[in-house]
Amino acid sequence: MAVLEVKHIGKHFGSTRVLDDVSFDLKEGSALAIIGSSGSGKTTLLRCLNFLETPDHGSITVRGETLFDADHPVAGQEKDLRTKRLHFGMVFQAFHLFPQYTALENVTLAEKLLAQEQPDFKQRKKEILEEIEAHGKSLLEQMGLEERMDHYPHQLSGGQQQRVAIARALALQPDILCFDEPTSALDPELTGEVLKVIRGLARQHTTMIIVTHEMSFARDVADQIIFMDEGVIVEQGAAKQVIDHPKEERTRQFLTKY
Amino acid sequence: MFFSVTRSLLDGLLTTFQIFIFTLLFSLPFGLVLAFGAMSRWKALRGLIQTLVWIIRGTPLMLQLIIIFYGPGLWLGHNIWSGSEAGRITATVVAFSLNYACYFSVIFRGGIEGVPVGQREAGEVLGMTKWQIFFKVTLLQMVKRVVPPMSNEIITLVKDTSLARIIAAYELTFAGYSFMKSNGLTWPLFYTGVFYLLFVGILTLLFNYIERRLDYFR
Repeated sequence: MAVLEVKHIGKHFGSTRVLDDVSFDLKEGSALAIIGSSGSGKTTLLRCLNFLETPDHGSITVRGETLFDADHPVAGQEKDLRTKRLHFGMVFQAFHLFPQYTALENVTLAEKLLAQEQPDFKQRKKEILEEIEAHGKSLLEQMGLEERMDHYPHQLSGGQQQRVAIARALALQPDILCFDEPTSALDPELTGEVLKVIRGLARQHTTMIIVTHEMSFARDVADQIIFMDEGVIVEQGAAKQVIDHPKEERTRQFLTKY
Repeated sequence: MFFSVTRSLLDGLLTTFQIFIFTLLFSLPFGLVLAFGAMSRWKALRGLIQTLVWIIRGTPLMLQLIIIFYGPGLWLGHNIWSGSEAGRITATVVAFSLNYACYFSVIFRGGIEGVPVGQREAGEVLGMTKWQIFFKVTLLQMVKRVVPPMSNEIITLVKDTSLARIIAAYELTFAGYSFMKSNGLTWPLFYTGVFYLLFVGILTLLFNYIERRLDYFR
């Protein structure tokens, strides 16, 4: 069964149509890459999934639970919205690490705040916080950052910052991890270390949606690829199929640029 | 003579210090309220605050002080401040708090708007509440941004307290000046300057300390 079902998503900014009738499914443990030129709506789509934008049309369903349905809007209760958001993790193009916290604190902050809402937090405080700390450390180790846990973001390279951001997104164990052009803000020599980490996650069958301009990376890592243009899905299919033998003329034209 | 000048100046310093402290105490929170109001969704409120800030920043503080101190007495026929020293200090604090709140509000707004929107969004996607985002993510970044411009304004406030002399509040400059007027002495004026320099010197050390404490992140 699909872990994520996106149906007929549409979004306008003023009179500009950014997304139109976007539908796709995502299988548990698979990786989806979304490609397309700037302004094609890829980022807006990810932002809709993370409830940073509200779609005008369509619905979003995770594990059979409808999180959003434009036809049946629910009053925006902050607590509901937060719970829904936690199905998704988000890695931003510009990292957006919290500058006043160390790498480890960045990873553990949200988990610690959420833990305060557990009924037994007061009794088990020390134990819970130690668990969270250990979890954060193991995530940073997984990212190859065991030497950098106590560094502040400005003391880290762009690639290291983005790996911290990935660990931070993983900390809350989202059902689906979203990447918004995770290497576009990096110097070319730093993209490799980030792509390697994402490859590792794909091998562990992390369910992911990756918006990217790295075509060869998308071809290797993703199971499925969606090509978007002007807010619509032009073509979707198996990754190697779409990259090597695109069916649509527009996809072909786009791919010749890479 | 030196002893009696020192005692007079210390008296004046007490008044100066009272004006300074109470003005900060009221204008800092009021400035924050004005800053939030200036960023409000409600257009009328934004317009109102913009007009207030324009009027207050666009006219001399001394003029505002004169109007606030003498105005009520002339309009209402009785002086709400009373003629006592405490009344004069209160009027000064009211005028100064209003004036400084307007300047602070602009600085605060810059500080709040200067924190990248991505910081808030990163907090949101991590399931944090609005208040958690404000207190755990945005606030310290905002404080770091406003410390240098705030230190400028606060140092200016120390010296602006001398304007209270216009409504005969016995503050530091008034105290130093009175010796020139009565005894023709000029050295108490320089001595008065030393008091201000020490006051500002201590504040400068304090602000440097705060800036250093916030230096660990960018």
